[in-house]
Amino acid sequence: MQDRPTARELLTAVREFLEADVVPALDGVTRFHARVAANVLAIVEREMASEEQSLLAEWERLAHLLRVDGEPPARLDSLRTAVRGLTESLVRRIREGETDREPFGRAVREHVRETVREKLRVTNPRYLGG
Amino acid sequence: MTDLAAGLAAYLGAQLGTDVRVTELRRLAGGASRETWLFTMTTPDGATERLVLRRDPPGHVIETSRRHEFLLLRAAAAAGVAVPRVRWCEEDPAVLGAPFFVMDYVEGETLARRLLRDAEYAPARAALPEQLATALARVHAIDLHGPELDFLTRPAGEAAAVELGRYESLFRALAPEPHPAFELALRWLAVRMPATSRRTLVHGDYRVGNVIFGPEGLRAVIDWEMVHVGDPLEDLGWLCVRAWRFGADANPVGGLCDRAAFVSMYERAAGVRVDPTAVRWWEVFGNLKWGIICIMQMQTFLAGVKSVELASLGRRTAETELELLDLTEGA
Repeated sequence: MQDRPTARELLTAVREFLEADVVPALDGVTRFHARVAANVLAIVEREMASEEQSLLAEWERLAHLLRVDGEPPARLDSLRTAVRGLTESLVRRIREGETDREPFGRAVREHVRETVREKLRVTNPRYLGG
Repeated sequence: MTDLAAGLAAYLGAQLGTDVRVTELRRLAGGASRETWLFTMTTPDGATERLVLRRDPPGHVIETSRRHEFLLLRAAAAAGVAVPRVRWCEEDPAVLGAPFFVMDYVEGETLARRLLRDAEYAPARAALPEQLATALARVHAIDLHGPELDFLTRPAGEAAAVELGRYESLFRALAPEPHPAFELALRWLAVRMPATSRRTLVHGDYRVGNVIFGPEGLRAVIDWEMVHVGDPLEDLGWLCVRAWRFGADANPVGGLCDRAAFVSMYERAAGVRVDPTAVRWWEVFGNLKWGIICIMQMQTFLAGVKSVELASLGRRTAETELELLDLTEGA
């Protein structure tokens, strides 16, 4: 186990340095790229905070939609792989036209919307408005 | 003096039959696939002109796309579209290391955020919808049948099917992970394809960000790299894509005005009737296309081009996914 600061605390320190000291000291395209870099670190901070919980919720929704029994994998990397696999199954069913029929189509659209909103809460919370 | 400035001075001198000096040469930001340089040309009588050099990055495979861009700009000017005046075109890569052309410099701003936010540009915000509609109608009236534009391929079949097929193939080849939101959009689009309204030249990247403007309004339409022959309504739909509003979502057309107002201005300028349902199809397609372009940019980063900007674009894909869900829900 590593000592404090945690990985997230370190990332926050670097992002705040970029925002407070680096961006104002630059101009032109480098300034723009420094701002993009700070924003990328903010994305990583939010992702580290929420990834496991988001993946578990996504797995539960997909298992319900696709009628998969069992428990979600306990390890984070297996959970990522499982969610990806279920999403690939979902994509096949969309391509085969199954979402043209209700109520499956509506249920899929609701799941996809929630998944996209979850991505945006990490990548660009302001885009969701309100 | 750099090699490029010296080569350019020799070339321009030969074109004009006099000695010229090239100074203040600097590269302008933007454009990873070709270079844009601004410079000042001075002739022996002391007269100066600010000019722009567009060239392929040296070392690219030999192609003639600078000649095509040159010819398109000339055709656009002849059709009454405000564009930078093109001056000379050279395809021999021996001259400056790669094919290039030279055009007049048009002073002005291109940053959409400044247009939509700064008080200085309030008159431009008021004038641009009409100006953009009129210029677009003229773009679509460019004569395709002359010998100068015979390099443009004429797609067989319906424009909607051709463009949708092109971007679906790119998506299937490039996306590293599944995208259910794109799959839903692809199905929505596939069962609602509009018949081609007319077959014209399509600018392909017509939006705020690809025009030069001043406080008073439009000065020039630039970035003619994605021109193709297709359905002119594609350009109207692309102008409504959410990414070009920079947060000014109350005004769907580039953050400037609403869809119905812009369509009427375009109809008056072009002298045609436009089916708003077909424009909506092209708007949905445009958002999908921008999402796929984000994936393409991210793949450029994964392939080894070091750029935090390209890397970050991969995570913008979700923005287009939400917009696609909103546009197609219940529609």
